[in-house]
Amino acid sequence: MDLWSAISVGLKEIWANKFRSLLTMLGIILGVASLVSMSALVAGMEKGAREALIAIGGLKKVRLEPQDVPVDQRHLKDQAVGITMKDVEALQHNAHSIEILSPEMRQYGAVVGAKGKTFSPFIVAGVWPVALEMGEHEIEHGRMFNEMDDDMARSVCVIGTETRNELFGSPEEAGREIIPIGEIITINNQAFTIIGMFKHYESEQDRKKRELENSKPKEARSGPTRSKGWRGGGQGNFVFWLKNATVFMPMNTMWIKFRSGSTSSSSSWGRSSSITYDAGDPRLSTLEVRLKDVENMDAALQQIRNILMITHKGIEDFAFRTQEEWSENINAFIKNARLSGGIIAAISLLVGGIGIMNIMLASISERVREVGIRKSVGATTLDIFVQILVESVVLAVLGGLVGLEVSFLLVKVLASISPTDNAPIITMGAMALAFGSSVGIGVLAGLFPAFKASRLSPLVALRYD
Amino acid sequence: MALVEVRNISKIYHLGGEEIRALDDVSLDIGSGEFISIIGPSGSGKSTLMHILGCLDTPTKGTITLDGTMIQDASQRQLAGIRNKKIGFVFQFFNLLPKLNVLQNVELPMIYGGQSSRERKERAMEALKMVELENRSKHRPSQLSGGQQQRVAIARSLVNDPRIILADEPTGNLDSHTGENILKLFRNLSEEGRTIILVTHDPEIAAVTPRKIEIRDGKVATKLDAKLAGLDRSISNGMGGH
Repeated sequence: MDLWSAISVGLKEIWANKFRSLLTMLGIILGVASLVSMSALVAGMEKGAREALIAIGGLKKVRLEPQDVPVDQRHLKDQAVGITMKDVEALQHNAHSIEILSPEMRQYGAVVGAKGKTFSPFIVAGVWPVALEMGEHEIEHGRMFNEMDDDMARSVCVIGTETRNELFGSPEEAGREIIPIGEIITINNQAFTIIGMFKHYESEQDRKKRELENSKPKEARSGPTRSKGWRGGGQGNFVFWLKNATVFMPMNTMWIKFRSGSTSSSSSWGRSSSITYDAGDPRLSTLEVRLKDVENMDAALQQIRNILMITHKGIEDFAFRTQEEWSENINAFIKNARLSGGIIAAISLLVGGIGIMNIMLASISERVREVGIRKSVGATTLDIFVQILVESVVLAVLGGLVGLEVSFLLVKVLASISPTDNAPIITMGAMALAFGSSVGIGVLAGLFPAFKASRLSPLVALRYD
Repeated sequence: MALVEVRNISKIYHLGGEEIRALDDVSLDIGSGEFISIIGPSGSGKSTLMHILGCLDTPTKGTITLDGTMIQDASQRQLAGIRNKKIGFVFQFFNLLPKLNVLQNVELPMIYGGQSSRERKERAMEALKMVELENRSKHRPSQLSGGQQQRVAIARSLVNDPRIILADEPTGNLDSHTGENILKLFRNLSEEGRTIILVTHDPEIAAVTPRKIEIRDGKVATKLDAKLAGLDRSISNGMGGH
């Protein structure tokens, strides 16, 4: 008997017992569906995490932050100067592993205001124009301030969309884009002109959602306009929200208007003395650098440290902060999610396989006579073996195919109830793996029943009732 | 050379330490085109003989040659091939596959014979014509009467054009009228030159066949039991004019 007849016999047998076959396949269907949708969920989370990582600058970005003097250097505490523009200059000239250097002088707890509204952005900072590149920012409207604005310490600023939303209203509420370029806002009661606004940062998922909502006609609201409570998920991913709640101004403007370097660092970084340690150099809150490549991170950080140890007179009052750990955490999390999802899916596939084996065994004791008849008209042991094996494989293949279909449905359901902001992504790899293992399980589950049936003697089988 | 040569075959079963000789030193020849009945009371060993003749079983001792092939030590695979090509079975309980339709049931031996699906269909229809059931080819066995089912089984046994047709109590499960029709069919086939062996304990059937072999206690009886062989004309209703 050729394979094609064997498959058609298998299909006929399955069709003849539709309900039983469906029940048998259910295990495989659920196994495949859970494997595919589980991996789709993990893939979605992975994508979201990577997007967030890229949004904050990726692995190449290293932050230099002021830090308390180490214990064995406590007696030199009054000599510690913190991170200053002098360091920036030294690094610019000597640290070859640095691609971009972006000093930042923050005004902590600054309040911005316009038209009687106030808002406390996450970041109010004086930066160089290069901060645009460093922070993966993009200007959507207006312009970024340039070196000339910095040199002249002009009172200009660039804001993020969240700041705009809070002060001027969001486009979602107004129903049109709001571009506050040229408007005057106050930052800690000092007037600034907005010359640029960043693009709205969001995860791809949020962007799609927003575009979908925009494409639909707005439903008419009933009753007076009112706040309907806190829009929990409205701000999307937290990382993106932080990035949107930003106000940048030229470094020199910050230095001259607020002197933040000397005042804030003494209060913010927990220095006990009320005396400011102004060495005549603008003191920075952070210094962000982008390395030329990630591979040599250890060497690059060592080089930066050596340079800074000279400018800091040997006092180590600074610390490095990289995204390595976050990235590792993300990878570990994804690995764990994959593993646990994989185990669940593997168990359900296994259960499905046992189900198939059970049904095949049961159907064989039901079909002893059939085996006898087939053998009496000339079926060989191998013919019977192949027939039963093919039946089991056909069951598993059908189950696998239906399972793939079901997984699309399941993913849709999961996406609508899942707590993450990340849409599940069905990958070809997961589908191939799930389908492949369902076929494998069909073969495994069929082997024993096929062996048992094929060994039946035709005489015994014919006498059986 | 005879079509079937059985030489000194014995079949010994061991049942709970006890030795049972189902067949004891049986020898016989069957020529091509013969129409034979194997008779004997139940438990005589005639079924065992039939199973051995039909290559469903092998003898413990002795040799058996079927159409020139020694089968006493053939492998399972070879036996399956012989069953497929050279032997057609007709059983008391028809033994059709209930999930297949009539045509598919008749095609079954050819599926294992490896014929193409077109040839299978043509020959199955031909065989169905011989038993006058060509208009029932799409029916399920359960939709047919017992006699019709047995005719389907006969069509199935004919479809690979075997050298021997072995029928085990082919009328045992049918009413007498239907049984007569089935016997007529066998006689027609015999007249076409086919070798047919009927296994039966029914004298009326035995009376139809020109040659009768009686098995008694595992041995070929030298003298036929007149009643059993249907030779007693008072029992036989003269069916078939023999």
